[in-house]
Amino acid sequence: MQDHAVQLPVFPRLPAFALRGLPLTPISLALGAFARRMATRHPSMFKRLGDYSNTRFVLDPTDLPVTLLLEPRAGHPRLRLSRKPMQGDARIAGPLSGLLGMVHGAYDGDALFFSRDLVIEGDTAAVLALRNAIDDAELDLAAEAGAMSGPFAPQVKRLIGLAETKTGVALSRHEEDPLW
Amino acid sequence: MVMEIVCPAGTPASLRAAVKAGAHTVYCGFADETNARNFPGLNFDRDEMREGVKFAHDHGAQVLVAINTYPRAGAEAIWHRAVADAEKCGVDAVILADVGLLAYAAKHHPGLRRHLSVQAAAANADMLNFYASEFGVKRVVLPRVLSVPEIAAINAETAVETEVFVFGGLCVMAEGRCSLSSYATGLSPNMNGVCSPASHVEYHDDHGALSAKLGGFTIHKVGADEPAPYPTLCKGCFSAGDASGHLFEDPVSLNAEKLIPQLAKAGVTALKIEGRQRSRSYVAQVVRNFRAAVEAQAAGRPMPEGMLAQLTEGQAATAGAYKKIWR
Repeated sequence: MQDHAVQLPVFPRLPAFALRGLPLTPISLALGAFARRMATRHPSMFKRLGDYSNTRFVLDPTDLPVTLLLEPRAGHPRLRLSRKPMQGDARIAGPLSGLLGMVHGAYDGDALFFSRDLVIEGDTAAVLALRNAIDDAELDLAAEAGAMSGPFAPQVKRLIGLAETKTGVALSRHEEDPLW
Repeated sequence: MVMEIVCPAGTPASLRAAVKAGAHTVYCGFADETNARNFPGLNFDRDEMREGVKFAHDHGAQVLVAINTYPRAGAEAIWHRAVADAEKCGVDAVILADVGLLAYAAKHHPGLRRHLSVQAAAANADMLNFYASEFGVKRVVLPRVLSVPEIAAINAETAVETEVFVFGGLCVMAEGRCSLSSYATGLSPNMNGVCSPASHVEYHDDHGALSAKLGGFTIHKVGADEPAPYPTLCKGCFSAGDASGHLFEDPVSLNAEKLIPQLAKAGVTALKIEGRQRSRSYVAQVVRNFRAAVEAQAAGRPMPEGMLAQLTEGQAATAGAYKKIWR
């Protein structure tokens, strides 16, 4: 069997370590507001979840000392951050670069799963629905964060661009120009 | 002449990605049991189909709609409505498998071009000519069990266009008749549009050893350094008598990119890429690669070196039955 695996960037250790000391409550609140904005701007993403719009998804970036619990709640999403393992109906684990790379269309989820970069547990159908819903939404988290930042948008975009360069994590939508 | 590439789209975003990457034609399906990729979070509602067709046409591409499951007795109206709605959405053809549905479409929607799905498992010239004469089928998607000389022999005896798979998941069963998924889960691609439905698939990671279960049956278990097992029975690992291994089929994916010149000589009209269940990233990469390959073939240039290995299911590729070295 040949090894064709994608080489995923691992989140740098120093900033990952710094996360251990940061207070999680304000970050959770900010992420919750971010998720609610997503629900308003991308209602079709929640529609695509169909039977799984009330599933609880544990998202586990394995190179960070935190996990996220995403509850879509039929278009009224909640997103919580914790340093302890969280319980949900389905769990998706992998390097942050892989998880965000899928969101931004840089990586294919099946390829990451077959190469063992990504681990899924629990409700496989729910994971599939989430993956397909997010893939269709063509999200650009950097653009969304910038739009939420009001007058600080240019600074936020610069900061995100810098973080993207330093960490190798795809923080904005991957898109190429039409070829033909 | 450039060979047509027929590309998968499980979502509107994938359709746009395929068209932008150079697809001549995109195939997709409605979000219900009428198509053989009826997976969670996938497929198109009627408005999305109409918008997708407009986007494709605006960019010079065509859209085919797969209505390729077999209608349930008493529920034919669901399939009939799908054919009618596909025509209303302005699609360029429908891909059908069931003879009853083909007869219905030929009678009630004569202006709608009809292709025969691989789910009909038409694997010889007599069958192709039968579907053409009885139902006006213009193109047949050939099953993935034929060698290139066999395809050439079929094309020599028929005026029906042929379309063959060149990349993606490899099914070598008698498609449309395979009952493996039904045996384990009660659901099949033929009737429900789902082979090995995700709702019946479980993965368990035990200290790096990953096992795949389908409908409660453990069908494969791999070590920490091996690719994740594929969740279909046909690609499972079994013991029978003294033999253990992939008794039905190795967990490999089709890549016939290098055979494009031979397939062109064999009279094939269109090259099909499998993967409506894959992401828009997969679609864009594979389509870009194959568009470059057919352009090179038409210009008489060598086939470009592909970069698709990492996208193959099971992380390994084969030329499948096109070259009979495959078991």
